[in-house]
This record gives sequence, structure tokens and C-alpha cells, in this order.
Amino acid sequence: MSGAVAALEAYRSRVPYLGFLGVRFDLHGSSLTGVLPHRDTAIGNPVPPRLHGGVTAAFLEITSVAELGLALLWAGYDGEGMPPMPKTIDLTVDYLRPGLPQEAYAIARVDRSGRRYASVHVEAWQEDRSRLFAQATGHFLMPSAHG
Amino acid sequence: MAQDRRTRIGRAFVGGIPHARALNLSLVEIGPGRAVIEMPFDAALVGDPEAGVIHGGAVFTLMDTSAGAAVMAHDSAPDGTATLDLRIDYMRSARPGQALRAVAECYHVTRSVAFVRVETRDGDDARPVAVATGAFTLMGGAGS
Repeated sequence: MSGAVAALEAYRSRVPYLGFLGVRFDLHGSSLTGVLPHRDTAIGNPVPPRLHGGVTAAFLEITSVAELGLALLWAGYDGEGMPPMPKTIDLTVDYLRPGLPQEAYAIARVDRSGRRYASVHVEAWQEDRSRLFAQATGHFLMPSAHG
Repeated sequence: MAQDRRTRIGRAFVGGIPHARALNLSLVEIGPGRAVIEMPFDAALVGDPEAGVIHGGAVFTLMDTSAGAAVMAHDSAPDGTATLDLRIDYMRSARPGQALRAVAECYHVTRSVAFVRVETRDGDDARPVAVATGAFTLMGGAGS
């Protein structure tokens, strides 16, 4: 697990765009939650203030990639350079409710993974885990070194 | 819809949206149901630090913003819009250092839904970096 935890930290700290959004990860054992802090620069509609749909989509994609890495790719990470990264093929985002100007959370689930492709479902919420504000399904190309 | 109204809408989309400002989006062109928006290269948006490639999330944001602007510029003159869903296909990595340009077309509207497609390119390459299709809510306006 420690290789995977180091890889998760490398992903968070070495990818500029994750710092731009301020995304971080909470890890309880192997259970990963993505955390998107509120920032005024993440707002789309200014009045009333709503999270930009693009930020929501990015957060869902980032959490999906972290889950894929943690679950499937990063156990053998040795701390050198970037850990192996899946590539996003496509992402379909459903916007269920307006994103409020406050912290958001996301949990991803790998529905299917093979040698080359993986399919992920990811859900995001704010105050209430049972009231999702967005969800997405994505397909990812796994790095060739894997398998 | 008059062109000056469309231009106002387009400028509000890039200038009045805090996250669009954070990405330095600029309006290139706006017409009936059509918007072209550019995102300059910014090292802060890189998703692959070894290759220097812009993160897909920033590309998604560019395309979502362009799609919303195209809906608002539609002749049905909606009062507002929100993304219902957007599917993006990533064809290839954006070239490091290059601006990205998204062309969004709102190709059909009903009383309450607008359908949009978007293509994003870098430089003059004919092959798109990404394409997206989405459905958007349509609030008020002449069409409702």
C-alpha cells in the first residue's frame, strides 16, 4: 500500500492542474475520497454563485484517475518520477444539481478493468452524500507497462 | 437576435464568469447558435508534467463554456442555460505551448432543451484534440 500512497501524493503534488484546483485526497485504508475545496476562481455562474461545470467535470476525472491508480496501477511505485497514469478516452458527465460555492467530495468505483481499458463510475456530492450534484462515467486507457 | 446582443452575451461568458477568467478564455467569434472561444496555453493547467500537455479537465471547461455561449447565442434568445450532460471524447493530446480553440454549435433546440456539439483544435491541425456533445437546459426566451 505504501507505494500506492506515495504515488497518490506524487500525482497530487506534481500535476500542476491539481494544484490549480486545489484538489486533495482523503484515504481511509484503501478507500479514497477526492476533496475539492471551495475557491472563488472555481465559480461559473456569478449570481447566484455556482461551481463551474468544467471544474466539476475535472474533479470527477481527477478522482477517477486516482482511484484507478490506487486500485490497479500504483502498488509497485518506487518514488521515482511520475507514477504510471491512465489516459482518459472519454467522460460523460451528468449534472444533477447546481454546484454550491462550498467544498465538494467524490468517490469513484472501477466497474471493469482489463489489460488495456478500464471503465469507471464516479459520484460527487456536497452536504449530503445521498444528494449527488454530479456523476460521470469514463473510459480510460491503461498504461502499457501494466500487464 | 441582433449581433450586438450576441456579442454582449459572448463577452459576458468569458469576462463575467470567474473560472473563465481564471483560464484566460477569450471570445474569438459569436454568431447565431455558434461560439468560438480560445484558451491560451498556461503551465498551471498542465495535466502531464513530463509531456507538458494541458489537463483534460481544462479542455472540458473550455468546451462546456463554449457550448453554453452557443446556446445563449441561439436565435430562440434564452434567458439562461445550464449543462444537463456533456460527453467529451479525447482524440489526442494537445500540443505543449499551443492555444486551444473550441468551436461550439447549438444545432437543435426544443422548448426546454438545447443540443450542442463542440470541437477543439490546436494550431491549424485538422485533427481535433477533443469533440463533445451535450444537452443543455433552456430557460425563458422566445422559444418557450
